[in-house]
Amino acid sequence: MSTRKAAPGFLDAPKVVTSRFGHDDSYTLSRFLATGGYDALRKALGMLPEQVAAEVDASGLLGRGGAGFPTGRKWSMLRPAPVRYLVVNGDESEPATFKDHALVTRDPHQLIEGAVIAAYAVGAMQVFLYVRGEFALGLERVQAALNEAYQHGAVGQDIFGSGFSVDIVVHPGAGAYICGDETGLLESLEGKRGFPRIKPPYYPAVMGLYMEPTVVNNVETISSLPWIVNHGGAALAELGEPTSTGTRMFALAGHVLRPGNYEIEMSKPTFRDLIYSPELGGGVRDGNAVKAVIPGGASSPWIGPDQLDLHLDQKAVQDAGTMLGSGSIVVMDERTCMVRAAWRISRFFHRESCGQCTPCREGSGWVEKVLRRIEAGQGREEDLDLLLDVCDNISPDLVWPPKQTTICPLGPSIPPAVVSSMRMYRDEYLLHIKDGACPHG
Amino acid sequence: MAELRIRPTNEAVTVTIDGREVAARKGELLIAAAERAGTYIPRFCYHPRMKPVGMCRMCLVEVKGPRGFALQPACYVEVADGQEVLTTTDNVRKAQDGVLEFLLINHPLDCPVCDKGGECPLQDQTISFGPGESRFVEEKRHFEKPIPIGPLVLLDRERCIQCARCTRFADEVAGDALIDFAGRGDQLEVAVGSGAPFTSYFSGNTIQICPVGALTAVPYRFRARPWDLEQVESTCTTCSVGCAVAVQSSSNRITRYLGIDSDPVNQSWLCDRGRFDYQAIDSPDRLSQPLVRRDGELVPVGWSEALATVARGIEEVRRLHGPQAVAVLGGARLPNEDAYAWAKLAKAVIGTDNVDAQMGDGLPAEVVLGLPRATIDEACAADVVVLLAPDIKEELPVLYLRLRAAALERRAGGPGPRLIELGQTHSGLTPYADISLAHRPGEAASLLSALTAARAPRGEVAGVPAADIGRAREALKGAGSLVMVAGRPSLAESATFPAQAAAVLAAARPQARFLPALRRGNVMGALDMGLAPGVLPGRVGLDAGRDWYTRAWGQAPAERGLDAGGILAAAAEGRIHALVLLGADPLADFPDARLAEQALAGVGLIVAVDTFLTDSSRKADVVLPAATYAERSGTTTNIEGRVSRLSQKVVPPGVAWPDWMIAVELAAQLGADLGPVSLGELWDEIEAVAPSHRGLSGPLLLSPPARDGVVVPLGPGDRAALEAGEWEPGAGRPGGGPAAVGGGVDTGGGATQPVPAPIDPMSDPGIGAVEQQGVKATATVPLPAEGPARVPPRPEGPEPERLGPPPADAELSLTPLDAYSLRLVSSRTLYDGAVMTQASPALAGLAPGARLRANPYDLDRLGVTTGGQVRVASARGAFVLPVEADPGVPRGAAWLGFRQPDGGAAALIDHSQPVTDVRLETP
Amino acid sequence: MARLDSANLARARETIALYPHPRSALVPLCHIAQEQDGWLTPEAIEHIAELLGLTAAEVRGTASFYDMLHTEPVGRYLVGICTNIACLLAGGYELLEHAEQSLGTPVGATTPDGTVTLEEVECIAYCDSAPCAIVNYRYFGPLTGADFDRLIEDVRAGRLADDVPPHGTLNRVRREGGLRVPAEEVAAQRAADDEARRQRREQREKETAAGPAGGAS
Ligand SMILES: Cc1cc2nc3c(=O)[nH]c(=O)nc-3n(C[C@H](O)[C@H](O)[C@H](O)COP(=O)(O)O)c2cc1C
Ligand code: SF4
Ligand code: FES
Repeated sequence: MSTRKAAPGFLDAPKVVTSRFGHDDSYTLSRFLATGGYDALRKALGMLPEQVAAEVDASGLLGRGGAGFPTGRKWSMLRPAPVRYLVVNGDESEPATFKDHALVTRDPHQLIEGAVIAAYAVGAMQVFLYVRGEFALGLERVQAALNEAYQHGAVGQDIFGSGFSVDIVVHPGAGAYICGDETGLLESLEGKRGFPRIKPPYYPAVMGLYMEPTVVNNVETISSLPWIVNHGGAALAELGEPTSTGTRMFALAGHVLRPGNYEIEMSKPTFRDLIYSPELGGGVRDGNAVKAVIPGGASSPWIGPDQLDLHLDQKAVQDAGTMLGSGSIVVMDERTCMVRAAWRISRFFHRESCGQCTPCREGSGWVEKVLRRIEAGQGREEDLDLLLDVCDNISPDLVWPPKQTTICPLGPSIPPAVVSSMRMYRDEYLLHIKDGACPHG
Repeated sequence: MAELRIRPTNEAVTVTIDGREVAARKGELLIAAAERAGTYIPRFCYHPRMKPVGMCRMCLVEVKGPRGFALQPACYVEVADGQEVLTTTDNVRKAQDGVLEFLLINHPLDCPVCDKGGECPLQDQTISFGPGESRFVEEKRHFEKPIPIGPLVLLDRERCIQCARCTRFADEVAGDALIDFAGRGDQLEVAVGSGAPFTSYFSGNTIQICPVGALTAVPYRFRARPWDLEQVESTCTTCSVGCAVAVQSSSNRITRYLGIDSDPVNQSWLCDRGRFDYQAIDSPDRLSQPLVRRDGELVPVGWSEALATVARGIEEVRRLHGPQAVAVLGGARLPNEDAYAWAKLAKAVIGTDNVDAQMGDGLPAEVVLGLPRATIDEACAADVVVLLAPDIKEELPVLYLRLRAAALERRAGGPGPRLIELGQTHSGLTPYADISLAHRPGEAASLLSALTAARAPRGEVAGVPAADIGRAREALKGAGSLVMVAGRPSLAESATFPAQAAAVLAAARPQARFLPALRRGNVMGALDMGLAPGVLPGRVGLDAGRDWYTRAWGQAPAERGLDAGGILAAAAEGRIHALVLLGADPLADFPDARLAEQALAGVGLIVAVDTFLTDSSRKADVVLPAATYAERSGTTTNIEGRVSRLSQKVVPPGVAWPDWMIAVELAAQLGADLGPVSLGELWDEIEAVAPSHRGLSGPLLLSPPARDGVVVPLGPGDRAALEAGEWEPGAGRPGGGPAAVGGGVDTGGGATQPVPAPIDPMSDPGIGAVEQQGVKATATVPLPAEGPARVPPRPEGPEPERLGPPPADAELSLTPLDAYSLRLVSSRTLYDGAVMTQASPALAGLAPGARLRANPYDLDRLGVTTGGQVRVASARGAFVLPVEADPGVPRGAAWLGFRQPDGGAAALIDHSQPVTDVRLETP
Repeated sequence: MARLDSANLARARETIALYPHPRSALVPLCHIAQEQDGWLTPEAIEHIAELLGLTAAEVRGTASFYDMLHTEPVGRYLVGICTNIACLLAGGYELLEHAEQSLGTPVGATTPDGTVTLEEVECIAYCDSAPCAIVNYRYFGPLTGADFDRLIEDVRAGRLADDVPPHGTLNRVRREGGLRVPAEEVAAQRAADDEARRQRREQREKETAAGPAGGAS
């Protein structure tokens, strides 16, 4: 989890959310205050709530949880009702995504400050920080920071003498990926199993927590707010391109020499920049060639070595048939078995399907079992068509963005790894079948 | 809180389904609107009586949205004006085929050994659409094969398709979520809490609505295959709610009951007692031939000898002591026709008015018949429902479901009543009541007066604090429509109190209507037919109806007779010389066991007409075997006054007869002609003479619009509407219109389906759906009259006035409770010592047994240690039983079940006393 | 092994009070019960059900949806090795196999001495330290086989007791105090804010309407 010193060009962009990562005591109130902490909150409380919202809207901030929905727009869609809630999504469980974990553990005050700003802007009655249960240290850090923040007058009654009051509750998850989906998360926060709700009609902004209008935002999204308030929305909008403004934390993992979280400007750099810059990924292990990259979490279609010059821009990547998703980028080098990698991802979805929808519940296991058989050298040639057909029954026509036969997007997340790896490396699948073994040993 | 609707609005919209314009109501679910319009969309998780979850994804259809057509679950999408829907495109077909294949990959496909085989929607869908060969070559999911999850239900998790119908039912409909999903993903399974089995009173419904064979019934397991079954549509008479059932049999044995979706009554649900007590029908202990006592022993004889013995005995008693020395107790288990025949036999042939279908556990007949009646729908739609009744969950379970649903609907912001419970201890409905006033036994009428009087009382009344009374007064004040569920909160106090209380309300609130909470199967029909003292058939009082019936029958009682308590007291004093027990077991059922014992000992001739030998019929001189439920046809009447059909499915054991036939033959032996000689003729006569039943002819009762039964008396216009086939049950009665859930009774049967017929229980769980399994359903009631039609004797002259509301008169005085005593409260539990329950092996063990419950404060105060045994003593008797602390029992009271297999409150109650006080001692 | 003890019951009640609806406290209460007993005992489930007005089936059913809530006993140390994509690429499965051998227990089982339960886990968001592991949700990585053995030794010997509390103890930092703002006060504040906001909007609209655009239409 390291962020390196900025180099010229896109590396020069300011750190919106990771500015304190260089400090060992970044999570303490004293360090936070020493580095301008809670200034933004004071400033925001001096503005009108709609002015704060307008700055966020002007910043063009896209949600950092995966769907990339503009935050300002999301806030404006809140159904008018006396009771509204703000829920911060810190359930980060998307494979190879580890940015929120870092933000929660290393700068909890920034998150709290952002949460109070958001609560002020949208008029939330109460804020829930839903933190992934496995983040034991993170939970302790956030709770300790919250205690400090209450003490400091930054949360609770009459915040900084502004007359604005709000309570924040840290809510621990308990291990279920599907609770990252905003409606699954709300169910979970209501004390139920994390079965996602059907949209329509259960859009959180309309019928969210306890059926009241609710804003659900990702940890990184919320952590960006203090910077936006301090510098103004326009300052963020100047970074990147209009299609993807600001900076973003990319969680880089896999066969790079320097895996880690890198906050860089959006849109300008390419995948290649991220993987090969000495300040960032530092290149591929053993100087190997890139075989495939998972560009936006386990749900995203993979890209091949020929697509590394794609810009890290939400729209550009979308147009290329995949997505930046959760901001996780996994690099696989030439020695990687594509079948095994695809199998492991399908295994993840099999284990994490909530079980509501027949296609996802049953299809996830089916796909995993067939892939495991192929990987173990027991595949049959017809298995490839079978796999595609099963995937097609989960997500009709296997198009991008995916269509779905299920309630939530987890179902349609099953096919991309299988289908994209098979499209790129069909012969590798066939080799497994013909040789009865994995060519990579 | 905004919530998804399952009840549509009345706003009309038009949707286009497969290019055809279809009228629908805004808010209606697409799947229901389509089905009504003849387009059947396959489904598994959707159930018309529960909120949709959209989980199985079988009902995916293409709905046009802002970005063109997209697959949407038809069970979840509400129709909207101008909506365009495609249900037969390749996309839809492919999605549905895909779902089906997914459902089958982990399914064991063990149809040949599955109870559901032959009526399984999954099996059916597979045969109609499914791919032939399975492409799934991996290992299937494995679970331990059927495990019992409750006393009546087995779970096979391998067959489960995770549709959540059972778990939703338990939570949403029954209100006790004793089963829930556990696990996640493809490990999702239905599970109970550890040490907390699925003991819901309604567990059997989950078996009926399970679309596969995952949930099966312990009593039904391997007993029959659907294709061997024959069935008829009938009405459950286990209690007086009158749920619509399909009675199924195989080779003259009842194998199963299924709930039918009767919108105004049971909306497809049954309680477990009603669902499973068919086991008693072919019990080896059934009476199958007449018995006569010889040398102290009951020995089998032929009918003619038995009837001659009875006739001789009655004749002699009449000659020596007058007709008043003959009494008839019981009759609440008889169909209407049989009850009428016996009423006529007693009142017109024998000439006695000492007749009572109730066993001292009901309310006075004049009160019940005179109060303006409500329907269940009216209660559910009222502004306020006042409960002055025993625990409805225990005694009228499906009424509990209806009232609970209505109360919850109101809480969710919809229509529905506020519940004001006037109990003596907590009940199943207490959690749903807006106001629960626990009052002291014996003081219900004062409480009602306090609630309705012009001025609020200053202090507490009946043990209820003034503030609570104030809240209830407020609620009552604003109630435009008001229904009282009226029954006996406790059998340990006199019936006078609740009867007076009802009268007080009727007088104070003319708009109030009443739903009697009297449990016995056809007690309402028996009262309507005159099986009670002081009344004659058709809800008329003896005095008002004497002339009319003298003309109709040739004779009517000169004097008002005795009720059950009076009969038994007279018998104990040697004034009753012949006692006919018409399926009555006063030793077990009368709330004063000692009096009942003395009474039977004091009678010279006891004749029992019964299905089993009971404590009482064992003491009889002559025992006549009667046919029981499902062995005879006829009609029955529920608490609303709804007359519905009973159908014969199997033949009675041995030479058992239907009760009406016994009455006709007995009349003949007594030298009289009772008149009608068939069920049809009996009904014709009832329709002709009984004012409350006027207009409801046999053919009308058999006509399709009367499928849900018909509430009598008919309202103005009802008859014409019935004849025109336009009649809707409850139409024309305020608030009583049919709810629009799941379509009417004919949806499943009548609609033409472009796809294979919906199979019970996936569609409308109506009889129509059951019929489509290839099982012929017949309704056999009433039997057509044989030979030339007999013209029923409709008397000349003006029809007598029907009974009106009783006067609200003064109260009995009560002795105050002393500090060492507790006032006894006694009511029934669903499972108890009742004959049919005890003769049903699956149910017999479920009775909780005699247990005393009292407030922990009182137990502490009296130095009684809980969890142990206690000796409970009244002036009448004493016995030792387990004691439990229960904070739900008010201070100063003690609750004891009424008729448990191991004893009950009857031994402590003195019928002549207004209330029963008991003392507790550690034995 | 029982119902919640009095201290935990007090914590449970405080936790319930943090939420507008009691059921929301279900998972937090299960964590408290696990902190007490190491796993979710039937008695604790029963107790939680009572506190929340639910049935045991609902609490057990809901809890069993979540990987971190255990309705069967587990060892004092729950060791999870990640094999998801980033760890897979870095040798997660090799580490898992090594762990099975060195602990002498297959995945999903507990060592004979009852101290260590081994699990294969999904991505734990520590991918820049792959292959990695968690012990009672405390993070370790990247790990070689030898690192792993040393880690287990340290854990068993109690040398990491400060960092790794026994299984079930998740968050050692207690919330200080319950909710600080009375609900009615927030409601009143928001209502006033909403009203003010509405008036400002109206004012703005009036101004725009009075402006040239309004005049033109
Ligand atoms: C299966 C699934 C898992 C998700 N997991 C997460 C997650 O762990 N964290 C997150 O912030 N959003 C996650 N999301 C996205 C959320 O549904 C939601 O879009 C997001 O929290 C909104 O916040 P944002 O607008 O700030 O991005 C997930 C979505 C799905 C469908
Ligand atoms: S798609 Fe999968 S994870 Fe999403 S709701 Fe359906 S079953 Fe659950
Ligand atoms: S999803 Fe509609 S019937 Fe199951």
